[in-house]
Amino acid sequence: MPLDLFAAAPAGGLDNFLQYCVQGLLFGALFALIALGYTMVYGIIELINFAHGDLFMLGTFMGLTVLSALGISVSTAAAANTGLTVLAVFLMLLIVPTFCAGLNWSVDRVIYKPLRNAPRLAPLVSAIGVSFVFMNFGLFWNGAIYEDDRPVPAASPRAFPDLVPLRNLLPEDAGMRFTTKDVMVVAITLPIMIALTLFVKRTSLGKAMRATAQHPTAARLMGINVDRVIGATFLIGGALGGVGSVMYALYINTTSYQAGFQMGLYAFTAAVLGGIGNIPGAVLGGLVIGLVRSLGSVYVGETWNSALIFAILILILVFRPSGLLGARTREKV
Amino acid sequence: MNSMRSIRRPLAVSGFILVAVCLTIGCNRGGERRSRGATTETSGKTDTPVATKPIQPTPSGGDPKVIKICSSLPRTGSAKAQTDAIVNGIRMAFDEAGNKVGDFTIKYEDLDDATAADGKWTAERETANANKAMQDPDAMVYIGPYNSGAAAVSMPILNEGRLLMISPACTGVGLTKKGGEPGEPQKYRPTGTLNFTRVVPADDIQGPVGAEFAKSIGVKTIYILDDNEVYGKGLANLFREVAEELGMKVVGKQESIDYKQSDFRTLMARIKNEHKPDAIYFGGTSQTGAGQIAKDMVAEGLGETTLIVPDGCFEAAFIQAAGANIFKTLKCYVTFGGLPPEKLDGKGKEFVDRYKAKFKTMPEGYAVYGYEAGLIAIEAIKRANKKDRVAITDACLAIRDFDKGALGKWSFDANGDTTASTLSVMKVENGDFAFVKLFSRQK
Repeated sequence: MPLDLFAAAPAGGLDNFLQYCVQGLLFGALFALIALGYTMVYGIIELINFAHGDLFMLGTFMGLTVLSALGISVSTAAAANTGLTVLAVFLMLLIVPTFCAGLNWSVDRVIYKPLRNAPRLAPLVSAIGVSFVFMNFGLFWNGAIYEDDRPVPAASPRAFPDLVPLRNLLPEDAGMRFTTKDVMVVAITLPIMIALTLFVKRTSLGKAMRATAQHPTAARLMGINVDRVIGATFLIGGALGGVGSVMYALYINTTSYQAGFQMGLYAFTAAVLGGIGNIPGAVLGGLVIGLVRSLGSVYVGETWNSALIFAILILILVFRPSGLLGARTREKV
Repeated sequence: MNSMRSIRRPLAVSGFILVAVCLTIGCNRGGERRSRGATTETSGKTDTPVATKPIQPTPSGGDPKVIKICSSLPRTGSAKAQTDAIVNGIRMAFDEAGNKVGDFTIKYEDLDDATAADGKWTAERETANANKAMQDPDAMVYIGPYNSGAAAVSMPILNEGRLLMISPACTGVGLTKKGGEPGEPQKYRPTGTLNFTRVVPADDIQGPVGAEFAKSIGVKTIYILDDNEVYGKGLANLFREVAEELGMKVVGKQESIDYKQSDFRTLMARIKNEHKPDAIYFGGTSQTGAGQIAKDMVAEGLGETTLIVPDGCFEAAFIQAAGANIFKTLKCYVTFGGLPPEKLDGKGKEFVDRYKAKFKTMPEGYAVYGYEAGLIAIEAIKRANKKDRVAITDACLAIRDFDKGALGKWSFDANGDTTASTLSVMKVENGDFAFVKLFSRQK
């Protein structure tokens, strides 16, 4: 009987398998963008910023606000001409990450910074609190954005204007779909991740970040302005989350004030899986979780998605407590 | 250094105050989780008959000439449009009776069983409303709730006082008869007697009618999904049984989704690659992923597959979540346990006209059920002709061939269910629900 719970093995061949992998990796890239925010902040100040998922959610509402300011709604999105579409996506990619970065930085300034030398639990619990504040803020924000001049039920999920056309770039009989939306995700997330890696490896601020992560006191003694480095980390983490919001909203075309909870949980899991504090680890973790989620849905069953992801997390943590790529073993909260 | 410290302390203190505030707000989210559990927790009990409890007497006090009727509906959140219509219908029924039955003056109290943060009913609010009604010596009738899960919470409480419940919207089968979870419906009746009635046809009509409709539009292969909740899974099961009986091919396994997931793209890709069915039935609501399913069907190239959903999606929130544009590609039908207002005739049409005159708007689908529930409450009080909970409940259950309302002639059967069994099928079109046809099923 228990076996009966699982979906029957699918009939599809290798083509379909590839499609499920591609889908998983694309969504994994979104997890990775958010996971980077968790992991960078943790790497620097050893704080699990629970509000990050909800920051991402607020980003989607900022995107919605930008679009409604441009006069684009769910019903008019399909009719928008190419110029307007490109402008809208460009503006969103400019404004939303800026907003998320600014908000993340302000939260650090106002809430986490005064608690820098407090017991570890204080900023952690504050982060959970900020998460709830953000969520309720998102609820009001959702209610404040009208849809075609009509108010919407604030607590329900709402559609996000479908700006990027969904065109299959492969022939229909290829046994696999690769759409313009998939291209968008690859074209935007990949360069950003490469840029981040170069930034952390090559620039002096990146070097200061790595130094601060390794030993804050020593870094301070070496003349590094640790507060500035921490501020920069929050800025970058927030901006990456903001890019994640835009990608998510354009890819999934839904947002709700609770969207940050599930995404945040998975992204956090991705960060832990890859080794929290480790930047390539977060990307790897995100991709692994995306793959597990997609292939799990196909070969095990849609219901078991979350169970499978967390089972794999537990397994990996049992055998590699510091995560896939994590090497440092410092005392963490 | 000293001055630094003196600054830091107030900051730290204010930080903690903020945390305290946040946690208070956060309690709302905790409440949601508990309420989700509540619907499934109750189902875990065994089938052993519940020992009958003595009926609690009505609390003493109150005004002997006043009878209070409470309604408990989700007045905030995504079902607000529907419950506004229901409350209007109830008010209209009472106003037309002059707020008087015999010598009694009717007082109406509109209670909310939802919270803004949850956007839907919560077990805490529904329990509080039920207890409030129980302890109010004037409360004689409880109209509601709206959700079957909420009914499962308040029924055992109100049953102990045999306080009459009239639901204008609950369609869960197990609330009144066998066919749902084990132990239903006895576990809702600790005194062993009935106090719950409803004026809408239950899901044992809606599920099968959905299947019959699918057959009538030429569906040959169908894939069935559900949201793993009492309402959705129950409906999907009923749908599958009848679909198989009718000779449609149910492809794949009936699968439950985890509706908290952000998308179902892979699932839809798999359904397309392996089955490419004529239709997909989703037993679920607009709160449990229906909108995302519609969207992901189109995104994965299942735009030519028809989507059929139950009345849990018969609300604006469903179209809003999916985006109205999706339905230009995707054909989507919603079964709804009743009649749309523009299809009512005779007394029903008169009701619609009066409603339009009074509230300056078309009655939404559920308005007529609110009206009918209000009329039944008045009729029960009139027949009992005394301010006594047990007498009013018994009088209500004995109502047969009721034809004073807007729904034609119908009776309560031995379970407290309506004998009316007409359903309508709506199609999502131009951002709204358009009537397609009526369906009846003989039990």
